[in-house]
Amino acid sequence: MEVVVCVKRVPATAGKITLTEDEVDTKFLSFAVSPHEECAVEEAVRLVEAHGGSSTVLTLGPAEAADQLRDALAMGIGEAVLLETDGTEWDAVATARAISDAVSARREQGRGLDLLLFGNESADTGDFQVGVRVAHALDLPCVTGVKALQIADGRAVAKRQVGSGWEVFEVDLPAVLTIKEGINLPRYPSVPGRLRAKKKEIERIVPERRPAGPERLRLHLPPEQERGVQILGTGPEAAPKVVEILREIGVMAQ
Amino acid sequence: MILVFVEHEAGVPLATSLESLTLGRRLSKVMGLPLHASVAGDGARGVAGALGAYGASAVHAVEDPRIADYAPTAWARALAQVAEAGDARVALAAATDRGSEVMAHVAAIAGLPLAASCVAVAAGDPFVVTRQRFGGSLLEDARIDAGLKLLTVAPYAVPPEEVEPAVEPEIRTVAPDLMEGDLRVRLTGREAADDGRVSLSDARVVVGGGRGVGSADGFRSLEELAGLLGGAVGVSRAVTSLGWRPHAEQVGQTGARIAPDLYIACGISGAIQHMVGCKGAKRILAINTDAEAPIMAKADYAVVGDLRGVLAAVIEEIRRLGSS
Ligand SMILES: Cc1cc2nc3c(=O)[nH]c(=O)nc-3n(C[C@H](O)[C@H](O)[C@H](O)COP(=O)(O)OP(=O)(O)OC[C@H]3O[C@@H](n4cnc5c(N)ncnc54)[C@H](O)[C@@H]3O)c2cc1C
Ligand SMILES: Nc1ncnc2c1ncn2[C@@H]1O[C@H](COP(=O)(O)O)[C@@H](O)[C@H]1O
Repeated sequence: MEVVVCVKRVPATAGKITLTEDEVDTKFLSFAVSPHEECAVEEAVRLVEAHGGSSTVLTLGPAEAADQLRDALAMGIGEAVLLETDGTEWDAVATARAISDAVSARREQGRGLDLLLFGNESADTGDFQVGVRVAHALDLPCVTGVKALQIADGRAVAKRQVGSGWEVFEVDLPAVLTIKEGINLPRYPSVPGRLRAKKKEIERIVPERRPAGPERLRLHLPPEQERGVQILGTGPEAAPKVVEILREIGVMAQ
Repeated sequence: MILVFVEHEAGVPLATSLESLTLGRRLSKVMGLPLHASVAGDGARGVAGALGAYGASAVHAVEDPRIADYAPTAWARALAQVAEAGDARVALAAATDRGSEVMAHVAAIAGLPLAASCVAVAAGDPFVVTRQRFGGSLLEDARIDAGLKLLTVAPYAVPPEEVEPAVEPEIRTVAPDLMEGDLRVRLTGREAADDGRVSLSDARVVVGGGRGVGSADGFRSLEELAGLLGGAVGVSRAVTSLGWRPHAEQVGQTGARIAPDLYIACGISGAIQHMVGCKGAKRILAINTDAEAPIMAKADYAVVGDLRGVLAAVIEEIRRLGSS
């Protein structure tokens, strides 16, 4: 089983986002990949553990995105590819083209491909499309939003969650799957895993940027929803006040 | 034309599709173009009548027994063909799982950019959309230059508006010209959810628990309160990452979006990725030991204190009132 998984380096902040002139201010931020992609990485590692073969993590981003590749290597991914940019933002069309070119090139070099995994959407731009575009470029079937997966006999049974339960899709491999958080619980990398990851060689490719739009004009913060908090009290003594509010809102069973 | 992809369940259009249709109608007015809808799947033409109330003058019903059930690529192929045949200037869908997926396929088939999760559109020259990033914690204005503009519409961004009087849409049958590869991905089965609990997205009350709950066991009191109020339990990502609760209960950017009458957030700090999931709540009550926690500023009501003591007292008070 040959698995390639694509991740994207994004700024991670739990607090308020602040903006510089035209960018998210990342001076005080750490970076991560989206939770969906973390689960895609975990899934790739598990698939190779279960079926043998090898896994590769791929990202398009600045040189610093090597950190995110090393995180994936530390979790147990075998190889890493960096499609290195100068740090400017790439749109989904350009990103998908660079990724498909890189994957095609690998296949031309005789590397197998059974599964190409993506996150359902990236954490920053949330375009919901890079995986689908790559599937078209490579003429592969694609199931999105996968939250349960079984592989047997060259086929994937992929399920996704809907309000009333699950939808099931069956596709032949090779296939593109976009993964949703919840499919698994990603492992914490072990210390030896981290040490090994540090020493691994990362393959670097410099793709050509061909923007296709939409063209970003400006970023701005959504209007703050000021709810004007009313403090009901401190500790258990606040209970009667809380229940009064529950009645007022009309959520108490009568 | 302005073309809207409409999703439906057993012949009833989804509310999110009516939102897209409403945005589509605004664009059709500004751009002076007719508003059409495209519907696929079993019972497609049955949906037409309901769409007239939202101003659709024509409904393209995709009828092909091979793709009567959901088939993302094939449905997208049909939509792309309707758009091309009718020289559509804008094609849009709700940013739901299916809407986002179908539009991504349309974009890939047509080789055009796609603006995802839009909340507003200024249909001038240039054509500028405002779209969500970071799950909605940040907005972006972006221009689209393609002849056919493709976009998805963020849920709740455009309240559905009916037209007076309703129009009687013309129904046109679409027999799509499918390629072999389009049929590779089709819905092959459905499985029911395995529990009969109140679903998060429908619950009128959600009792949310975060890292402050302290352990998987700690959720008993949250479940009890949710039970008393006929609600559901929701959690933060800290909780699912620790394996205390299943991911199906996670609220936020990579979890469920909820819109209950009341969200009771216990031991949750209020990270932006969590808040984008619960900002649809009519009221938020936060219970937190830290009066300075970010959630305190984003709530309507707050209790400062240990959630264990507060919940126990609230539960006791509800029971006391119930038995008197
Ligand atoms: C791309 C991305 C996507 C994400 N998606 C999501 C998502 O979908 N959903 C989500 O929730 N998070 C998401 N996160 C994670 C998010 O940033 C936060 O890390 C997470 O929400 C924190 O969970 P928490 O509030 O439970 O924990 P903490 O931030 O650790 O907060 C715990 C709170 O509990 C309080 N507390 C402690 N003990 C008690 C007590 N005894 N009684 C009362 N209060 C107490 C503390 O004061 C504190 O405020 C995402 C992050 C990223 C980067
Ligand atoms: N720059 C990138 N490098 C590698 N993979 C990416 C990149 N951008 C997006 N992806 C992948 O495509 C998925 C969907 O991204 P998006 O279409 O931006 O929502 C992400 O979850 C990643 O798996």
